[in-house]
Amino acid sequence: MSNLPLLSLVIFVPWAGALLLAMLPRLSGHAAKIIAVAFSLSTLALGLFLLPGFNPEFSGYQWPEHHVWIQALNVHYRLGLDGLSLLLVLLTGIVSPLALAAAARDARDVRLLGVLFLVLQGSALGVFLALDFFHWFIFWELSLVPAFFLIRLWGGAGAGRAAYQFVIYTIAGSAFMLLAFAALYTAAGTLDFTELAYLGSTGQLAAHFGPKALMLVFLGVFLGLAVKVPLFPFHTWLPPAYAEAPTGVSMFLTGVMSKMGVYGFLRLLWPIFPAQLHACAGPLLWLALGGVVLGAFAAIRQTDLKRMVAYSSVNHLSYCLLALFAVAGADVALDGPARAAALTGTLLQMFNHGLSAAALFYGIGVLERRAGGLRGLNDFGGVRTAAPVFAGFCGIAMFSSVGLPGLNGFVGEFLIFRGVFGLVPHLAAIATLGLLATALFYLTFWQRVFHGPRAGVARGEFRDLDAGELLTFIPLVALMFLYGVLPHLLTGLVNPLVTTWANLPPHP
Amino acid sequence: MNALYADLFHALVPETILTVSALLVIGFDLAVGRRRPLAARQTLAVFLGAIGVVTALVIGLSNGAVGSVFGGAMMLDAFAVAARAGVLALVLLTLGVVTAAPVTRQPAEYVALVLFAAVGFLQMAVAQQLLLGFLAVELASISLYVLAGFDKTRPESAEAALKYFLVGAISAAFMLFGFSLLYGIAGSIAFPDIAHALIYQPMSPLLAVALVMVLVAFGFKAAAAPFHLWAPDAYQGAPTPSAALIASASKLAGLALFWRLLWGGLGTVAGNFTLGHGTPGWLSIVAVIAAASLLLGNFAALAQHNVRRLLAYSAIAHAGALLLGLIASGQAGPGPLYYYAATYGIATAGAFGVLAVLENFGRCQDLADLAGLHRRSPLLAATLLVFILSLAGIPPLAGFVGKFAVFVAAFQMGGIATPAGWLAILAILLSAVALYYYLMILKQALVAAPAADAAPVKVPAIAALTLLAAAALLIGLGVFPSLLLQLVA
Amino acid sequence: MNALPWTIYTAFAGALLALVAGARSATAARAVALLTALAGLGLGLFAAAGFTPVAAPQVLADLPWIASLGIRYHLAADGISLTLVVLTGLAATAGILFSWNIEERVGEFFALYLALIGGVYGVFLSADAFLFFVFYEIAIVPKYFLIANWGSTRREYGAMKLALYSFAGSALVLAGLIWTYAAGGAQGFSLPELARAAATLPRGEVIAIFGLVFFGFATLAGLFPLHTWAPTGHVAAPTAASMLLAGVVMKLGAYGCLRVALPLYPEGFFWWQGIIGWLAVIGIVYAGLIALVQDDFKFVIGYSSVSHMGFVMLGLAAANARAVSGAVLQMFSHGVIAGLLFAVVGRMVYERTHTRQLEALQALPLHRLIPFAAVTFVLAGLASMGLPGFSGFPAELTILMGAWTTRHLWALVAAAGVLVAAAFTLRVIQVSFFGQTGGSPAAGHLDHPLEPISLAEKLGALLLLATTVLIGLKPDLILDWVTPALQSPLFQAVVQKGTP
Repeated sequence: MSNLPLLSLVIFVPWAGALLLAMLPRLSGHAAKIIAVAFSLSTLALGLFLLPGFNPEFSGYQWPEHHVWIQALNVHYRLGLDGLSLLLVLLTGIVSPLALAAAARDARDVRLLGVLFLVLQGSALGVFLALDFFHWFIFWELSLVPAFFLIRLWGGAGAGRAAYQFVIYTIAGSAFMLLAFAALYTAAGTLDFTELAYLGSTGQLAAHFGPKALMLVFLGVFLGLAVKVPLFPFHTWLPPAYAEAPTGVSMFLTGVMSKMGVYGFLRLLWPIFPAQLHACAGPLLWLALGGVVLGAFAAIRQTDLKRMVAYSSVNHLSYCLLALFAVAGADVALDGPARAAALTGTLLQMFNHGLSAAALFYGIGVLERRAGGLRGLNDFGGVRTAAPVFAGFCGIAMFSSVGLPGLNGFVGEFLIFRGVFGLVPHLAAIATLGLLATALFYLTFWQRVFHGPRAGVARGEFRDLDAGELLTFIPLVALMFLYGVLPHLLTGLVNPLVTTWANLPPHP
Repeated sequence: MNALYADLFHALVPETILTVSALLVIGFDLAVGRRRPLAARQTLAVFLGAIGVVTALVIGLSNGAVGSVFGGAMMLDAFAVAARAGVLALVLLTLGVVTAAPVTRQPAEYVALVLFAAVGFLQMAVAQQLLLGFLAVELASISLYVLAGFDKTRPESAEAALKYFLVGAISAAFMLFGFSLLYGIAGSIAFPDIAHALIYQPMSPLLAVALVMVLVAFGFKAAAAPFHLWAPDAYQGAPTPSAALIASASKLAGLALFWRLLWGGLGTVAGNFTLGHGTPGWLSIVAVIAAASLLLGNFAALAQHNVRRLLAYSAIAHAGALLLGLIASGQAGPGPLYYYAATYGIATAGAFGVLAVLENFGRCQDLADLAGLHRRSPLLAATLLVFILSLAGIPPLAGFVGKFAVFVAAFQMGGIATPAGWLAILAILLSAVALYYYLMILKQALVAAPAADAAPVKVPAIAALTLLAAAALLIGLGVFPSLLLQLVA
Repeated sequence: MNALPWTIYTAFAGALLALVAGARSATAARAVALLTALAGLGLGLFAAAGFTPVAAPQVLADLPWIASLGIRYHLAADGISLTLVVLTGLAATAGILFSWNIEERVGEFFALYLALIGGVYGVFLSADAFLFFVFYEIAIVPKYFLIANWGSTRREYGAMKLALYSFAGSALVLAGLIWTYAAGGAQGFSLPELARAAATLPRGEVIAIFGLVFFGFATLAGLFPLHTWAPTGHVAAPTAASMLLAGVVMKLGAYGCLRVALPLYPEGFFWWQGIIGWLAVIGIVYAGLIALVQDDFKFVIGYSSVSHMGFVMLGLAAANARAVSGAVLQMFSHGVIAGLLFAVVGRMVYERTHTRQLEALQALPLHRLIPFAAVTFVLAGLASMGLPGFSGFPAELTILMGAWTTRHLWALVAAAGVLVAAAFTLRVIQVSFFGQTGGSPAAGHLDHPLEPISLAEKLGALLLLATTVLIGLKPDLILDWVTPALQSPLFQAVVQKGTP
């Protein structure tokens, strides 16, 4: 390991890029796009640079950085990377440049877009790497600002309302999370995740607060994260936000930002409040199940393709939480392999959903571009004959999302179901309804838009993918195949970590 | 015996000087003034009068406190010296205002009357005897009646004089009646003897009547509610310098006399008004008058559109605070009372001074007539700002310290266990109300734009100097209040 | 530290000088004002550089003044004073930069402005209650004239309301102080002496006096329901004056509560604590909700100030070391942020578009016409929302921590207030600057081109922005000053009891 603060570089290189762009007011749109994408790629480059040095057997944090920051509040600047973080850094590294390139295409004021996007990317990375609540929360909240403006300024007709709703919902959650951590601080005198987790797991927090107050604190943190994921019924902000955002931004929102919430569940809520999560797991499982089933059924009802994929995101992320709650709610003695499988599935699902949902949003973006902004389910028909390559890529992304074996989506969902069946079988059985519904709406999508005679917009001239679009699709689709066939490339990174987690006692 | 008269003469040097200079003013005017323009005659008269006042002031101060004079008819203690000095300073200020006011046709007579009134004031400040006190009051009052009606060109002036005279005469009757009853009860006209005699006198109906009579008279003099009705009309109608004199020096002298009478002569029947176990006495009556004045003055002032009437109601409100100081001075000594009365006099005379200057350049009655003063004359606007803010009691001006000292003294009488404490709280709260009407004046003067036909104002040099000196005094005494407070202690 | 009293003297001297210079040339008056403000800021920073945080206030001057009442000219400073002195320097400097374009009665404007500043410095440095009060009132009068003369909407009404509220509040304070002094038999007006005197009074009286003094000060701090002067006053005021009003003058009230009311009457405080805490959190939420439905841009900011000052009062009500230090930090933070917001609204937007109606602004593509203002406002708005990375965050966080310790429910309601703040800030950002995101810059609604943002405005905005970010990232710069000061015996009477 070198002495370079590599993790800080991961976070701050995109910000440096944003600063650079902000200070070059006379830049042409094209040059701005190149600079922005270059800085955005830095994450992938650094992530790949870290990959060989990463020791998967070690379940602690690697490349740790630590500086005293605010003495008066006992705040430390701490960064660290474990398998979970690495997975998400890599995902961000893959999705961000593609999303940025997609967003910058035909956009006005590319420079500003680049600045905002790079700030957003850096903030998301900060969330994945920070280990002290103080700056974790800075990154967490800061990510809202560029997201707000990206939706507001480049989005569709209802973007103002959607962006407002998105930020207010999230801040509502965050406010209570902040309060919860303020309360934790008064008890623990620290905001360090590791220390808090230690205090939480040994029951010292409970001893300080008493069970009732600690439950309130837990609910505060829970609320903040649940809105972000989003967990049913806190999801109502999501469909309009994803639908109104421009294509590239939707890609980033669904690919990376939605993972921030799940990450928070894994990094904050579970370690610090194992007993509370255990106690609440019953009702929470039903909420997650609600997300799985109702998200999928809601997607069936959509005629706006973007909203359809947005609801499918609700459905897919709910799988992650379903697995987590099942694990947290189960007795530790009960079926260790099922627990490990569920957790591995959660991590893989996060990664895979990032790839497939980004690809799908991009596909809808292509449709929109061809159709001059139309993206209704019934505005197209027979696109397959008009643009076979495009149809192929979209099909692969859909099947990945449905969970077809051989593609990446399968592995994650399979592991989740494997785990959940072992832990709470009857709920897993109900959750399969969600699988069915997912298959149903994707097939509808596929059939209406790509099959049949050419209709709607596709009746006229409908170009197939151009070079830039190909360049976006190919990496995503290639990775879907790669991880579908060789899932151990991912599981290898997280296996030891998951094993450690799976054996964590839920009770102090 | 000769030594007694020598003492008397020595003590009365300031009065003598004033009388002589009054005669000189008239004589000079008669001798050399005939052929000269009125303005020059006025300047000459004021100049001579001012020399007299300054000389009297210097001699009065340098003679210092000599104690009892002429068998106790007068008391020249530190307070008397200070009161005399204060009265003379205010008279000097009034003379400065005279130079600014529109020229009267008999300037010498006017100045001479001011000086005669000043003689009365000086005597009020030192009198320690019913008869002398009454004479002093009458000397001052009669001069003031004439001064109030001096402007024969305006019917308002005559009206003011008439009202002032009628009310004054009634109050004189009350006073005389009260004095004679006191004499009858105590068997002496000297304050210390009265005090001594009253120690053995239980409160009797006759004594109560006497006290009420005296206090009613005093209420008239001080323009305290409910005996205030003459004040707004007199302030509005009288020539401006006369109003300034009535509001400033006259008030200080009256307070000095009544302080000496009430505490020096009737202190033993002041009563005790600790809540729950009070004994009857004049304190309760004064407290009621003070409360009435505070409330009426402040609230009635809110409704005024005429500057002079506004100042009159403000004077009534301040009379309430002064009565509070009078109540408190039994325990705290006359220091706060004196400081308050003197600095209030400076501020109010200064404010009338500004009005006097303005009168030369157009109407000056309504608040709106002040509009745009900052454009027409920055100097007047700035000094008016100081005067009004001092009246409002804004630090670091003297008006604030005066209020503060009086309220502290009142509170020290027993906190909220006595009405004095409650009166102090009332007065403090009402000062917030007062700020409104004071700011209304300042809003016109400093914020509003001048009327289209408003003439620019040129302030005569002496008036400018006077107003600046008054403003400087208010600031200086506000920042260094010990200068004045120690004068009395 | 010994340089600090000169902040007062230079401000008053600068006021006189500006008045004189203003009679000759407007530029000279501006230059004098700017130099004076910079001198104040420099003196504050210079003192801060040599400051070692200790518990006891460091005596800067102590001379007999009014001997008969035991009043002394006593100036002293601790970390809390220093924080607010530096804030005053910043706000004053920025305010002058944002009033560079005033053309009418320039000398008088800056003279009043600097007199106000001088009074504010005096309050923050006074250690004698009488002196404190004198400076406090000195600060009131110039406000009236600044607003009545140079203000905008309903300026005379706003100015009068503000002056009367302030003065009524200070009358209550005066009554309380005199009561303490006289009834407790104090020998002077120094704070320890008054505290000693207050301790001899019966409990009922202490409770009553605390009520007078605290609510007297709290009027100026904008505590609900005594806040109604604030929005109208802010809206009526000229930009620089609203910057000072929200930035510094409201802090005078809170500072008075902290410096005088709490230490002198701890017993009274604990009786009133619950009421104050609830009023504070109600104020936070109520003012935020009102801000959410305003049509006038400046009213939004005015109510937001009330909401944010609610946090300061909540910190005081919680009365433990963390909450109180958070309250001081919030005073500083809000001073900077409110200054910035008012600068954008009053100077950058209103004086260019001549409207503050959100509906009218919505029709303008302001983010294209004046992008600097848009960026500044977005950043200031985020800071105001309490977004981490800006000074509002550590301040509100520490207050929430402290409030949680004292009463969970306060913290909970206040957290809801954070949300409301986010809602109205985002709304106003959207509507005012980003109402027209499409379209061309040449919108037809403007009959005149907007003048570009001037250098003075940019400097002022950058100064304040840099401060809020600096403190946001490094709040111990201030907390390290404040925390030791709370160890002084006077504060301990209250703070110790509230700290777990």
